[in-house]
Amino acid sequence: MAKKEYSFYPGCSSERKASASNYLVSVETISKTLDFKLNEIPDWNCCGASIGYAEGGELPRHAMNARNIALSEKHNAGQDIVATCAACWLGTKETHERLSKSSQLLADTKEALKEAGLDLDYKGEVPIRHMVEVLIEDYGYEELGKPVKKPLEGIKIAGYVGCQTNRPFGVAGESFENPKYLDKLTETMGAEPVESYDQKVTCCGGALAFSEPEKSQVQIKKIIESAYDHGAEMIVTPCPVCQMNVEVYQDQINKKYNTKFKIPVTYYSQLMAVAYGSSAKEAGLNGNIVRATRLEEIASKK
Amino acid sequence: MTDANTLMVEKYRNSFLKEVEANVEEGDWVRMCMQCGVCAGSCPLGPHWAHPPQEIFMMIRAGKREEVLTSDSMWMCTSCYNCIVRCPRELPITHIMHGLANYAHRLGIAPKMNPTRRFAKIFWDNIASSGRVNELTLSIKLYFMDGIASGIKKGLEMMGVGLGLVKTGRLNPLGLISHSGVKDTKGLHAMLKKAKEIEDKRKGLA
Repeated sequence: MAKKEYSFYPGCSSERKASASNYLVSVETISKTLDFKLNEIPDWNCCGASIGYAEGGELPRHAMNARNIALSEKHNAGQDIVATCAACWLGTKETHERLSKSSQLLADTKEALKEAGLDLDYKGEVPIRHMVEVLIEDYGYEELGKPVKKPLEGIKIAGYVGCQTNRPFGVAGESFENPKYLDKLTETMGAEPVESYDQKVTCCGGALAFSEPEKSQVQIKKIIESAYDHGAEMIVTPCPVCQMNVEVYQDQINKKYNTKFKIPVTYYSQLMAVAYGSSAKEAGLNGNIVRATRLEEIASKK
Repeated sequence: MTDANTLMVEKYRNSFLKEVEANVEEGDWVRMCMQCGVCAGSCPLGPHWAHPPQEIFMMIRAGKREEVLTSDSMWMCTSCYNCIVRCPRELPITHIMHGLANYAHRLGIAPKMNPTRRFAKIFWDNIASSGRVNELTLSIKLYFMDGIASGIKKGLEMMGVGLGLVKTGRLNPLGLISHSGVKDTKGLHAMLKKAKEIEDKRKGLA
């Protein structure tokens, strides 16, 4: 089979020394095992994220995303655009959809893109996909299970799907209320998914963890508490904002609510990297503030 | 009252609904709401909304312009999209809330001190200048938005989080002096300027 190639939109949080840099490390590691190539979109920009709307408005926000799509269609012609970040995927996909439905918005966006010399490059023909879609649809669970060298036996994992890979678009074949793809991925890696985990699609507060910390931390507390209540030792997620919010505020929540949270929150790709036999460093485990010790132990075994 | 706001009050004197339909992102959906309240019950920050989405929709139809646009309700949206996927009429509620918040902010009548409004402005200015998020300057500007003293206090509260991120290589302590944005900042700035011009023209704000 020919090597699969994708036009890659890493997004701001995946940059070196940014909050999800370890996510990128783990994705690069599994890309070697699964033999796919990520061709970074040259000179990509921010998607506007979930908070950009207030100052940015409608057209400037779509112009930002359209610029990335145009750059991709120009430099990585014919390749599907793939994002690892949930917000990047959502923002790009939303613009792509909106422009395909409104000729007025498309014309306005192209007029703006002209200022960046890209008006003729926007075609809007390529699909916009999240990395988990690539794994599930282009490989499938069975194929993803084949390279497993070190099954993650005995680890109970809560699959925290969160919002933005799940709504409003979601992953094909999954329900909004109880998506199962993380559980299936976890199981494929040999671990034990906590299927009764009832906060798997609860919002972590998103960007409001910055601006409304008290309100958001109530959400985060629910997400962690339920994981513990159902016997999970770890939480796994597909979203950089979910990962960060659920991991880094545990100390603050402990102080405020007298809890004793200390639960690792990893990316699905980190589980995969460890199960595929990569080192802790290659799985980006040194980027976890709450160390994923069970995974580190498995990674260090010969 | 700001000039932009006065202009719109005069233009749409008799119908706030028409104003919303013309000027707010996805605003032409507002009349489709059937007042079931599923959105209110699905919102993670629901209890903090002075007026939940279905109430906002009814207030728009009832012409309660000032109450809606000066409300901090829409600023409670976390962009979780729960309301969108559950709405039986399939209204793009999240986008309408974003649209209303943006419109109120554009007219200069959104609640001045709302932290999400202020953070959102800091965020957009951050990405519009270099093209990519600079997480260090973004956090510093957020913590210091109320001045030095409260900034130091918030900075100390967040010290543990910040150090944890620096230690694990997830925050660049040198972000103040080195940050890699896009190469074509000139093109990006021109594009954003043009996009804003077109948008203002379409909404009669230019």
